[in-house]
Amino acid sequence: MADSKAKPGLLLDIRNLRIEATVFPPGEPPKNIVLVHDVSLTLEKGKVLGLIGESGAGKSTIGLSSMGYGRGGVRITGGEVILNGRDILKGGKDGFRKLRGREVCYVAQSAAAAFNPAHRLMDQVVEATLLHGTATRAEAEKRAVALFKKLSLPNPETIGERFPHQVSGGQLQRVMTAMALCSEPDLIVFDEPTTALDVTTQIDVLAAIKDAIRDTHVAALYITHDLAVVAQVSDEIMVLRHGRLVEWGGTRQIIKEPRQEYTNALVSVHEIEHAEQKPGMTPFLSVKNVTAAYGRSHIKVLKNVSVDIYPGQTLAVVGESGSGKSTLARAITGLLPPEQGTVTFDGRPLANRLADRLKEDLRQLQMIYQMADVAMNPRQTVGTIIGRPLEFYFGIRGRERDKRVAELLDKIEMGKGFSDRYPAELSGGQKQRVCIARSLAAKPKLIICDEVTSALDPLVAHGILELLLELQKEENVAYLFITHDLATVKSIADSIAVMYRGEVVRYGPKSKVLAPPFDAYTDLLLSSVPEMEIGWLEKAIKGRRMASAGN
Amino acid sequence: MSSPILKLVAQRVALGILLLLAVSVLIFAGTQILPGDVAQAILGQSATPESLANLREQLGLNQPAYLRYFHWLGGVLTGDLGTAMSSGQDIATSIKGRLWNTLFLAFWAAIVAVPLAIILGLIAVRYRNGWVDKLISGLALASTSFPEFFIGYVLVYFFAVKWQIFPGISTVYDGMPFGERMQAIALPATALTLVVLAHMMRMTRAAILNVMQSAYVETAELKGLSAFNVIRKHAFPNAIAPIINVVMLNLAYLIVGVVVVEVIFVYPGMGQYLVDHVTKRDVPVVQAVGLIFAAVYISLNIIADIAAIVANPRLRHPK
Repeated sequence: MADSKAKPGLLLDIRNLRIEATVFPPGEPPKNIVLVHDVSLTLEKGKVLGLIGESGAGKSTIGLSSMGYGRGGVRITGGEVILNGRDILKGGKDGFRKLRGREVCYVAQSAAAAFNPAHRLMDQVVEATLLHGTATRAEAEKRAVALFKKLSLPNPETIGERFPHQVSGGQLQRVMTAMALCSEPDLIVFDEPTTALDVTTQIDVLAAIKDAIRDTHVAALYITHDLAVVAQVSDEIMVLRHGRLVEWGGTRQIIKEPRQEYTNALVSVHEIEHAEQKPGMTPFLSVKNVTAAYGRSHIKVLKNVSVDIYPGQTLAVVGESGSGKSTLARAITGLLPPEQGTVTFDGRPLANRLADRLKEDLRQLQMIYQMADVAMNPRQTVGTIIGRPLEFYFGIRGRERDKRVAELLDKIEMGKGFSDRYPAELSGGQKQRVCIARSLAAKPKLIICDEVTSALDPLVAHGILELLLELQKEENVAYLFITHDLATVKSIADSIAVMYRGEVVRYGPKSKVLAPPFDAYTDLLLSSVPEMEIGWLEKAIKGRRMASAGN
Repeated sequence: MSSPILKLVAQRVALGILLLLAVSVLIFAGTQILPGDVAQAILGQSATPESLANLREQLGLNQPAYLRYFHWLGGVLTGDLGTAMSSGQDIATSIKGRLWNTLFLAFWAAIVAVPLAIILGLIAVRYRNGWVDKLISGLALASTSFPEFFIGYVLVYFFAVKWQIFPGISTVYDGMPFGERMQAIALPATALTLVVLAHMMRMTRAAILNVMQSAYVETAELKGLSAFNVIRKHAFPNAIAPIINVVMLNLAYLIVGVVVVEVIFVYPGMGQYLVDHVTKRDVPVVQAVGLIFAAVYISLNIIADIAAIVANPRLRHPK
């Protein structure tokens, strides 16, 4: 390693990088924590290194250090970052400014948020190029249009005149890649560039990014938590955990012959074997021909949707964003009264509007949300949060309530000690568990789970799914499980409804829905789920029967 | 310009007109509720019942209130604001010059205060939480916290009495040369600037800081833009709506809230005119001035609303 400075073809050489931040825990003096512990890596020109790990592993922090950037108070306190033969940490603020947007460019997770809503796309795409004076405006715009073409954006000549809100999420992500490539940098940091996209859109963006990297010979740090995705684009993969290096090797070696236990845990498929239950005689909740729209809009978000839910079973609703999954949940709970159709519960029709429903009906239908953080009052303790339904629905108070809260905490595999904690003191998985306990406290017949594992790391999500299945056995509660993730569906569902543009396109028991022959959309959905296989991307693109809607 | 914008703008304007009508009802009702009788006030204590009755008839005071309201409103809409009771002069004629004077003073105060407040706000964001930021905020807050009469007298003491740079009494007259006029309003304009500066500057700072958390600000930083350019090009355009709002509120204050400053500097503007006639219980003048002030407030706020609509790219360029 010592002579690597002299090695030709070496672009980035990070040595013993140490990154710290100051945290301000409530009620305690501020303290320093180390986010990255002496991590070293090298990257050759034109190569792609995948950085992978769960949240808090330090992957984004390491990626951004190649631009000398620390998000919100994060400081680089040790080591060297050698880019093109010089230690950029010694260059100071002016040095950073000169390399950002010229030698190293950045592609953010959410392009929708990363583009300035006030400026046209073209102005933003060529901004860095003009700032660093590497081309005239005309040249830069010509280059941008060529990149738009390469990234197969529609109307490459005119898309630059649009504002960010006029372009879809998948397209914006590609425009952002074009923006990074426009100033012809040596290195691009891709920070979870496809994570916020639907699977069917992700595959196109991934292919576009891969082609662009290949054709422009740019090097890249590709940051993601999804091994199957990174396996498609990287030459090498580095596995990180808690800011430390776990394993670093060629892509094939990491996914086929992982040497570390942690890598193995990430690589192995986490399918839960869940035997399908046959639907019983009578469903306790039936959605019949429901049509719904927001406001007085003519655009129907739900079109003639009918599904049944059986006691103690799980109906999974799958589809991409905008397909009407969450709207279905809102129609069932009464938050969005349907325009037509009925929801029957226990043989009697439920009132359309939430305000007209009985307290007993409200108790029987509970919800858990994707964002556990914002679904809880940050100023209430876990005990208060879980105890609230007990007081509200059953009038249980005082010691009896505390006893029930302790039991519920036990059910979600968290100790009694958590009762006095505040949500901010919990991890993402723990927060979601508290939300599960809160919904269970009402002893409902149905819990609607809206993307409950989507914001969690794979291993944590796995734990939540196992817990949900366990609780279903114990409490005989039914789930309406909304997700865009097909692996999750396989693990938990008894029956499946596939939704596309407000309609149920495929519905039935899991074994039937997931067995061929497929309709075109289900086929697209299934074939878009990344597999941990080198070369999967090319195969999947070739084998597709329909284009994804997000493009 | 596309139709959703036109529709929104038309809605705002219509709402403003409605609001102004409602205010005119309130002003009229308010002055009617006040105790005392106009005829009595004009003729004084020694008036005979006959002359009182005659004058009431002549002024139309025997008509029902709603008829008098419509009569008054009709006059206002055709530019007839009525006659001042105390002097018998036509209100519209005497207000014209004074309104012009007030607008002149407010204009020059705004020309200094608005850009200064925004630039100071931008600088405060650039050096946020550092000593520059604290100094700017501290001085601005201090100047706002002092009552305007205090600032006025301090200015008079130093600039007029001690150093004798500017006149302490801001007399202006028709046909006064521009240079002299500017010299006359230097002190009241400074006092007004100091009063409105902090509010606008603090709002600019807060609005931009709010935007500075956005992902696109990070994108701009990662393009290598300098800190000031990040603020100017990427943060400021997205913070413009709240800034315009507070600027317009302060402009309205400059026009309608200058009473104290005009009195201190004996400046012949609307404020002084209003104060003079309130003491004389001259109801028609109070009504007229009240209505003009309300119109200024409402129209400036409409402008702020419209500017906020136009500043929003989502409305300007629909999908």
